[in-house]
This record gives sequence, structure tokens and C-alpha cells, in this order.
Amino acid sequence: MSFLIDSSIMITSQVLFFGFGWLFFMRQLFKDYEVRQYVVQVIFSVTFAFSCTMFELIIFEILGVLNSSSRYFHWKMNLCVILLILVFMVPFYIGYFIVSNIRLLHKQRLLFSCLLWLTFMYFFWKLGDPFPILSPKHGILSIEQLISRVGVIGVTLMALLSGFGAVNCPYTYMSYFLRNVTDADILALERRLLQTMDMIISKKKRMAMARRTMFQKGEVHNKPSRFWGMIKSVATSAPGSENLTLIQQEVDALEELSRQLFLETADLYATKERIEYSKTFKGKYFNFLGYFFSIYCVWKIFMATINIVFDRVGKTDPVTRGIEITVNYLGIQFDVKFWSQHISFILVGIIIVTSIRGLLITLTKFFYAISSSKSSNVIVLLLAQIMGMYFVSSVLLIRMSMPLEYRTIITEVLGELQFNFYHRWFDVIFLVSALSSILFLYLAHKQAPEKHMAP
Amino acid sequence: MASLDRVKVLVLGDSGVGKSSLVHLLCQNQVLGNPSWTVGCSVDVRVHDYKEGTPEEKTYYIELWDVGGSVGSASSVKSTRAVFYNSVNGIILVHDLTNKKSSQNLYRWSLEALNRDLAPTGVLVTNGDYDREQFADNQIPLLVIGTKLDQIHETKRHEVLTRIAFLAEDFNAEEINLDCTNPRYLAAGSSNAVKLSRFFDKVVEKRYFLRESNQIAGFPDRKRFGGGTFKSLHYD
Repeated sequence: MSFLIDSSIMITSQVLFFGFGWLFFMRQLFKDYEVRQYVVQVIFSVTFAFSCTMFELIIFEILGVLNSSSRYFHWKMNLCVILLILVFMVPFYIGYFIVSNIRLLHKQRLLFSCLLWLTFMYFFWKLGDPFPILSPKHGILSIEQLISRVGVIGVTLMALLSGFGAVNCPYTYMSYFLRNVTDADILALERRLLQTMDMIISKKKRMAMARRTMFQKGEVHNKPSRFWGMIKSVATSAPGSENLTLIQQEVDALEELSRQLFLETADLYATKERIEYSKTFKGKYFNFLGYFFSIYCVWKIFMATINIVFDRVGKTDPVTRGIEITVNYLGIQFDVKFWSQHISFILVGIIIVTSIRGLLITLTKFFYAISSSKSSNVIVLLLAQIMGMYFVSSVLLIRMSMPLEYRTIITEVLGELQFNFYHRWFDVIFLVSALSSILFLYLAHKQAPEKHMAP
Repeated sequence: MASLDRVKVLVLGDSGVGKSSLVHLLCQNQVLGNPSWTVGCSVDVRVHDYKEGTPEEKTYYIELWDVGGSVGSASSVKSTRAVFYNSVNGIILVHDLTNKKSSQNLYRWSLEALNRDLAPTGVLVTNGDYDREQFADNQIPLLVIGTKLDQIHETKRHEVLTRIAFLAEDFNAEEINLDCTNPRYLAAGSSNAVKLSRFFDKVVEKRYFLRESNQIAGFPDRKRFGGGTFKSLHYD
């Protein structure tokens, strides 16, 4: 009986998450595009719903809500469904939509998308070989095999995003790094841009007039691909077409220049807006946060290095350590069990909420930057895949932040994964990502002012 | 020969509707083989005979400024785009017949372009919401072009074209529906070519011949039903 009640609670919450994912998709991601394939929207919302349910189960674990056997059952079921979606459905649909974009392969869409999916599965399987992920006593298609590989990809993604985010956050928040941009700079660039456009226009006018006179004289102005056309052009030596190709090359160079100028001007406008924003109250608040985050970032890089160099993995979670310190050194006595439950709930809850929110915001920004009306379906599915893998590996890593008695369910359900390996892998990729982001941002920052010095 | 008078026409629309293909077709009478993303603005020039066939025939250069991007771009990109909207003599609004959102976004596109030029007349500008009064007062000739006509199935053609007819009426503009990969839609003598020619003539007139009149802002032109040409939904 209690199983039924628990299941109905779980299903209601899943429906709620599904609705939230649906709304997010419609209002935020696809607000400038038209949804023509509802399959994409459904897949995205389903992935989101099942990922959030996993987090919800962790919270329930800590709080002790619901029957423990029904929790275990729902864990297993949730994991199976999510793995099914991430390994079978989403890659297949990604292949299908990529293939439908290519005009040549339109007729045999299904065949080619199956081929693409088989290639994906092959590489996905090969991914497990170089990593000491799990003991080889399990069957081919068990949950552990799939989760281990999904976990590797997801942890890599998390570490990359974390590393880049940890470095980028202080860089964008702090106004120390803002280049000084005046209105005069912007006006000068705009003038150059318009001058370039004028030059392009005058060259195109000459080309258009030349084409028109050639057309009126009855010449064929296409490339002489026919035999007679070639003979004729040799005999009469039409200078018009040769001039045209020369002018066309000049126009191509000028167009490239105009594109560069356009992007630089947009960059300057963005910087100017940021300067104005930094003078407001909110801007000053973020500037202060930026200093705080830069210290946090440096500390994290330091800790990652220490972990790797000294090959150490933390045994106890921060909550228990904090309580130990408080009890032993500060002499404050309180009910350890009660407080550890609540504090870990709050801590884990904060981690979950910020990581979901951060990921959705990053995904939205990414989507706006690179999508166009043709590729929007493929990109959204890729984002759904990334989101699913990210959340699955969050569950793997969050195990570290929880006290021992709550870790058991994750260990039970996920089987005999080498959790320590994932933490080590996270540290390595985080370090690599953070250091390369620092290098990249340094180079980009250095290069920018030099561009404006050019006359 | 480069001393002909010139006229500037903007080509606006969402990304991916076919503006670059359209401009290429209009200016070079050829289909664009490999369309790629337009960054910033690309310009092309068409030579147009004003009042062709009459004794007052004169040749003009029509500059078609194809501005890339989407309506939801960051405001820094919008400010950069605004530099192209100066002294515009005509606007071609391009939308995709298979994509309803692209035709809805045309209102926002036209507001973005027109707001640059509307400032001196003191017309009240609402927050980007569509306001018919602004378009009634507008001096700049508009033309609405719908692309990818070949991808619309026969059975749905009628409802799509009806919807587009309403859209064009809102802008007080002519409409052309075509497929940019097929030059026959703009073949000389077809009704599309005639509409295009009429539009360019109107643009040239407004720029060079009708400077003094119509500067009185204040009496918005109400829609006149039954007056003027009744739109018939035929296509070549």
C-alpha cells in the first residue's frame, strides 16, 4: 500500500518536472524559432524530468521520506530509463536530424541514422577501455557498464565547465579587466566600417554595369564551360570577364574586412555596456563578488593540484568534518545525528539547485550563440544529451559530499564503480581546463587593445 | 558610368529565410550555389531602369543591404546593426513561408529599422509592440517577400497565402512569394517582376521626386477597404 502512495508521489513530481522542462524549452530556448518537430521538445522535457527526479531521490534519502524499498525501486527504474534515453534514444534522434538536414541522403534517412547510431555505440563502447573503471565481472549490457561510460563523459564535461567557469566568473565580474572604451573609439570604428561598405559598393557598381553592358551586347557572362564559348573567348579576347574576376577578388577581401570590423564594433559596444553596468549598484556588488570568486578559484586550483600530486582522496565529507571540528576543537556539544542530517540536506540542496540553474543558463547562452533555424533541432538534442550526462555524473560526485549513512543507496544502486577514480579524473580535467582557460583569456585580453591601435 | 544616382534599400529578415539567396538572384540573375551565414552586412547592387519604356526612362543603382542576424540578438549587436539603417530609402522584408515565427518577427524587424528614422517626427514609440499607427505614418516604401514557396504542399498553399495577404496589408505593402532557387519566378514580364519593378520605381520616386510633399505627420492613413486593388491570390 505504501508503495502505491510513494509511487504516486514520485509520478506527480515527475510530471511537474516534465512541465517545467516543457515551459523552459518553449519560453527560453526556442523563443525565436518555431517548433516543428514536437519529438525534440518531448525528449528534452523527459530527459530533464528524469534527471531532476534523481536529485529528488537523493534529497528524499537524506530526509528519510518514503519507504526505503520503494526508494530503491524508483532509483533503479529511474536509472534504467535515463540510461535508455541517453544511450539509445537521443543519439539516434541526433543522427536522424543531422541526416535530414543533408539533402542528398534525404531518401534513406532511417538507414543512415541507424548507421550513425551504430558508429556512436562503437566509440561509446571503446571509451571504456583505457579507463580502470570497473571490475570485469559484469555482463555486457549491465547498468554498471553503461553508467561507467556515461559517468566518464559526464565527469569530463562537468570538470571542463567547472574549470572554465571558475576562471571566467571573476574575469567577467571584476571591472579591473574591463578595457577602456570611449564613444570616440566606437565612432571611429563605425566610420571605417561604413567606408569599407562604400568601397565594396563602388566596386560592385562597376561589376553590375560591366555585366549589364556584356548582357546587352549578347555575350554569355557565365564561365565559358562550353567548347564553342571557349573558342570564342580566345578569338575575341573579352576583357570584361577577366576584369570581373579581378574586381571580385578585391571585393572578397573587402567583405572579409567588413565582417571583421562589424564583429569588433559589436565587441566594443558590449564592453561599453559592461562599463556602464559596472557603475551601477548591482555592478559594484558583482565586482565585489568577483574578488571573492577569484580567491575561491585559486584555492580550488591549489586543492586540485595537491590532490593529484599527493594522490589523496578525501575520506570524509565536509559536513562530518565540520561537525567533528566544531565538537572536538571548539567544544560545542550538539546532537550530531540530527544536525548532520539537516546540514547535509541544505548543503546538497544548494549544490543541486546551483548546478541545475548554472547548467540551464549556460546551455541557453550556448544555444543562442550557435544555433540557426536549420540546426536548432540538432543542437537542442545535443544539449539534452549533455544535460542528462551532466546530471548523472553529478549524482556520482555528490556522493562525496554526503555522510556515510546516506551514501549507501548510491553505492547499492550504481554497483561497484570505482568512485575514487571519478574524483581523481575530475581533478585532473578541472586543472587542465582551468589552466588552459587562464591562458586563453590572457591571450584574448592581450590581443584586443592592439587591434584598436591600428590606424 | 559610375555617376548614376543611387538608392539604398534594406533587406531584413530572420536568419535562414533566404535573404542572401534573394539578393543574389535579384542582382546577378543567378541562383546562389552555396549560401552561408551572413556576418554583419553584405551589399549588392542592381541596375534598375526607372519608368522603363517611357521617354523619362533613367537608370539608377539600387543598393541592396542584406543585414544578417536575428531579432533576439544582444543589444550590442543591435546597436552595431543600427549603423546600417541610416538614410534608407526602401525596405524589403523577407520571411520564410514554411516558418510562421519568421513572419511574426517581421514586425519587430521593421520597428528596429524604422525607429532609427522616426525620431525627428516625434511619433510616440511603444515598447517594440506592434502599432499600426506607426506604419500608417511611414514614408518608406515596404515590400514583403515570402521564400521557399516550393516547400509548401499544394493543400496548405491557400491558408498560408491568405495569412500572408493579411500580413502585407498590415505593412501597407505589396507581397511577392517565390522560391529563391528558381529564377523563373522573377522572369521578365511575370507579375512578380512587375511588382518588383513598381516597388523600385516607388523607392526612386520617394527619394528623388517627391521630396516636398507628404511631410505633414498627423493624419494616419486609415485602411480603405474596397479602395484600390483587391488582392487576388494568384501566382505564376
